[in-house]
Amino acid sequence: MNNKGFQVRVEGSDKVITCRENEPLLIAMERQGYARIPVGCRKGGCGVCKIRVTTGEFEVGKMSVKHVSEKERNENFSLACKTFPKSDLKFSLIKLKGKAINIGALGIDRKN
Amino acid sequence: MALSGVLRPGFVQIRVLDMAESIIHYRDRIGLDVVSTEDDGRVYLKAYDEFDRHSIVLRECDEAGLDMMAFKVSSEAFLDEYEEKLRADGFEVTPIAAGEQPGVGRRISFVAPTGHRFDLYVEMELSDNGPMTNNPDICQQDQRGMKAIRFDHCLLYGTDLDGTKKVFEEILGFSTAEVVVDDDTGMIIALFLTCSNKAHDLAIVRHEEDDKLHHVSFLVEDWNAIGEAADIMTRYDISRDIGPTRHGITRGQTIYFFDPSGNRNEVFAGGYHFYPDNPLRVWKASSVGKAIFYYERELNDRFMTVVT
Ligand code: FES
Ligand SMILES: [Fe+2]
Repeated sequence: MNNKGFQVRVEGSDKVITCRENEPLLIAMERQGYARIPVGCRKGGCGVCKIRVTTGEFEVGKMSVKHVSEKERNENFSLACKTFPKSDLKFSLIKLKGKAINIGALGIDRKN
Repeated sequence: MALSGVLRPGFVQIRVLDMAESIIHYRDRIGLDVVSTEDDGRVYLKAYDEFDRHSIVLRECDEAGLDMMAFKVSSEAFLDEYEEKLRADGFEVTPIAAGEQPGVGRRISFVAPTGHRFDLYVEMELSDNGPMTNNPDICQQDQRGMKAIRFDHCLLYGTDLDGTKKVFEEILGFSTAEVVVDDDTGMIIALFLTCSNKAHDLAIVRHEEDDKLHHVSFLVEDWNAIGEAADIMTRYDISRDIGPTRHGITRGQTIYFFDPSGNRNEVFAGGYHFYPDNPLRVWKASSVGKAIFYYERELNDRFMTVVT
């Protein structure tokens, strides 16, 4: 990490988000007004911020296994609010099954 | 109205991801007292103005959400009557032995059509740290954090809202104070049930998944207390949902936030008094913004979709 923090990108977007050391990815995105990710509880309980990290290193905090199973965790699925980047990284947004998220209202593009 | 039958929401058991963080949240921020920690790890808490032993039970688990909500009933005769009626209506009723939670008598337990587990009980030990009864001071000791007065109600999400409405009205004697209905079909989208003089003791919103928790709510003194709660949220970096604002429904003043496991909490003040002869208040879905957030007059997406 340089003094600018880690550089984070959503797959398919050029926008660079800067994530500070020990800052949850979701909070970094919120702080920088990045509207492509849904912000729910910010605490790993609701699952709306589910992502899959495609490249880069990260650590996770406690989160509901209901939303990210052990198996998924090994496949780099995570919740953005409990994801702490440890390098520059890229990720994609995951559409939750069975959840009626009003995509239009949030300005989210949830294509993986 | 003489209050008998179901008296009030008595306690909730909430699943939390990290007990230590959750205790800081519920004890130091919301202001509850820790009553006991039991061998199975469950932690029991109460608000300062509650007579009974506990009202919030935290259970550490690898997922967030609600285990059950329990209502206190005025007599064993009512408990027997509810058990009989529930069974007659086809519900499976599970008896829970006295002492499964410390200080709590026998309970009966059933799963409502929206998938939520509800318990009913008559006995709970009185707290030795409850409100004073002899020349009573306002409280026995200094209050902390948001100074929650009591656990007040829950809002739950599930599919068969009509089914749960029927159980609460027809078997448990609740009244519906307010509803939100679809403009065209009249289908109920949100339901505000009361067993008392309060505007709501339980609220339910129609949702495509069952057994979901939207929020656990605590009463605070007034509008100032809500401002102070908001100060605490910023000072301690608590995840805030929305508020301070006001509801059109119930007219309560409110702020919403999340516990460290993502379960939503509310602290609220005010609201009207309900009597069982009050006419039903009806909101059309086209005015739902004003119904839920009277000042903003529009819903935020998070409020409608984020549940545990
Ligand atoms: S925002 Fe709720 S799990 Fe991330
Ligand atoms: Fe509420």
